[in-house]
Amino acid sequence: METQILVNGLVLGALYACIAVGFSLVWGVLNIINMLHGSLIVLGGYIAFFAYAAFGLHPFLVIPIAGALVAALGYVLQRFAINRVVTQPVLTTLTLTFGLDMIMYNLMTVAWTATPRRITLDLGRVEVAGLLMPVDRLAAMLLAILLTGLLYTVLRSSRIGRAIVAVRMDRDAAALMGIRVPEIYAITFGIGAFMAGASGCLMAVVYPVTPNLTGLFIGKAFVVCVLGGLGSVPGALVGGLALGVIESFAGHWLGPQHALTVGFALMLVLLLVRPTGLMGVRGYE
Amino acid sequence: MKRWPFVILAMVVVCLIALPYLSSNYFVRLATFVCLFAALAQSWNFIGGYAGYPSLATAAFYGLGAYAGAICQNHGVPMVLAWVIASVVVAGFTAALGYAVLRLRGHYFAVGSIVSVELLRLSLSAWDSLTGGGGGLNVPIFPGGPQAVGQLFLYVMLGVALMTLAVTIAVDRSRLGFGLRCIRQNEDAANAIGINTTLYKIIAFVLSGTFCGTVGAIYASWTSYIDPTDSFNIVLTLKVPVMALLGGAGTVFGPAVGAATFVIMEEVIWSNFLEYNRAILGVVIVILIFFLPGGLLNIRLRRRAGPQEIAK
Repeated sequence: METQILVNGLVLGALYACIAVGFSLVWGVLNIINMLHGSLIVLGGYIAFFAYAAFGLHPFLVIPIAGALVAALGYVLQRFAINRVVTQPVLTTLTLTFGLDMIMYNLMTVAWTATPRRITLDLGRVEVAGLLMPVDRLAAMLLAILLTGLLYTVLRSSRIGRAIVAVRMDRDAAALMGIRVPEIYAITFGIGAFMAGASGCLMAVVYPVTPNLTGLFIGKAFVVCVLGGLGSVPGALVGGLALGVIESFAGHWLGPQHALTVGFALMLVLLLVRPTGLMGVRGYE
Repeated sequence: MKRWPFVILAMVVVCLIALPYLSSNYFVRLATFVCLFAALAQSWNFIGGYAGYPSLATAAFYGLGAYAGAICQNHGVPMVLAWVIASVVVAGFTAALGYAVLRLRGHYFAVGSIVSVELLRLSLSAWDSLTGGGGGLNVPIFPGGPQAVGQLFLYVMLGVALMTLAVTIAVDRSRLGFGLRCIRQNEDAANAIGINTTLYKIIAFVLSGTFCGTVGAIYASWTSYIDPTDSFNIVLTLKVPVMALLGGAGTVFGPAVGAATFVIMEEVIWSNFLEYNRAILGVVIVILIFFLPGGLLNIRLRRRAGPQEIAK
């Protein structure tokens, strides 16, 4: 029984990690709390839903398309709007992204209504060593880990990735080395949005798609970021898995209504005793 | 400080007092909301404007005040005493929370304060026996009919708003206000020149929380029904700083002016573009950030405050 709860938590946790990693990247590199992130995830979910409803495409196949579309939106928003205030205090940038989030939330609600839409893919369950797992969740978890790993590789070994890491470590020095910082900001935001769109496709398999879930997603991203430590891909993975397991056990022992509370309470405590998170890493090395 | 802002303030107060005799309940209700948000924005100003700490905990204080007041009233405590008890409860909560989260700065403080809203919402929703859980809580309706009740609560909210304004003026002119402005500009330097930054920040935070608690408790008595999602509302927690920024954060009258502008604008938008109200508010926020970074009052006030601050 305990093992089953642990596995359930890990599956959920991998999805949380995928939700949070883009948010964490943007926070770490741009120093922005991106309140839009939840809406970008839901937008990715809608793209997956409509691709499924219109062409019968499996949500997992839509990931590159949805990711690219949401990334383009993110790039444009950062390039032409957020870049103008990116160096200002947190209240300004947070308020701006919240304003943009209100616009996006409203447009999505009007266009597609708040009615939850569900993609039903019954792929059955597998049983391994006495543990029961739905196949779609398991596949979503593997893809989430794959995407997170992909992001890690891109940041580590591509030119753009090295430039992003450089900007995160020291903006001024990076500018002196010939890196165009505003461009890197826009690309970073685009990558964060790509991860949001992609995780939206994954979430569409597990949760119904509705604008009302934006708050839930952004809440998870907050907690995972603080648990795992800001701006580090392995940190987001550790934080996500930790949150998934904690919620799973808290739900079992204290009742499902307390699962969220425990996550937030733990986050607040961790914020006070160790603001760098469990994996206090400085850059994306 | 010049005299003309007080002349305008006196005129506004006279108009608000006369309002119930001149117009319908609709405008009385609107005016009550203006006073409610003016009080909230003025309270936020202590920590967010003067000390420059991006507090997003307004809804936590407001909701806690609403619940404390409602629970007291449901246990037979007279209404006004319930408001006082709620304010004291929230003051205690704010002091404890402030002692913990005010050690954080910038983004971490913002996230810590926003999480306190969620944490309180979830805890109070889960505590069924005391709070009625997600179903909400009824508060005894104040007798006397809608007309008289509307008038009473307008006056009460106006009173609280004026109280926050009076405290703002007192703080602005005191050592505390000077210390808080120093903290906003450079906390380490403020600490080095002998300002007890921890104490000052906690005082500002408690001032900010207490009045929000009072307003929440009065709101609960006014509407006679509260529920967790409405009381601990993330939109509220962001709307109040936006109002203060709109008027001019860190100025004496800015938050109240911003609140009045925002509430009236929101009302017009609600009644004309019901479906797009949230998007239009978003556009307003974006415009505010890009074109009015200092707020409505700030350009004039900054010029005036310059020599004054040096004189202090």
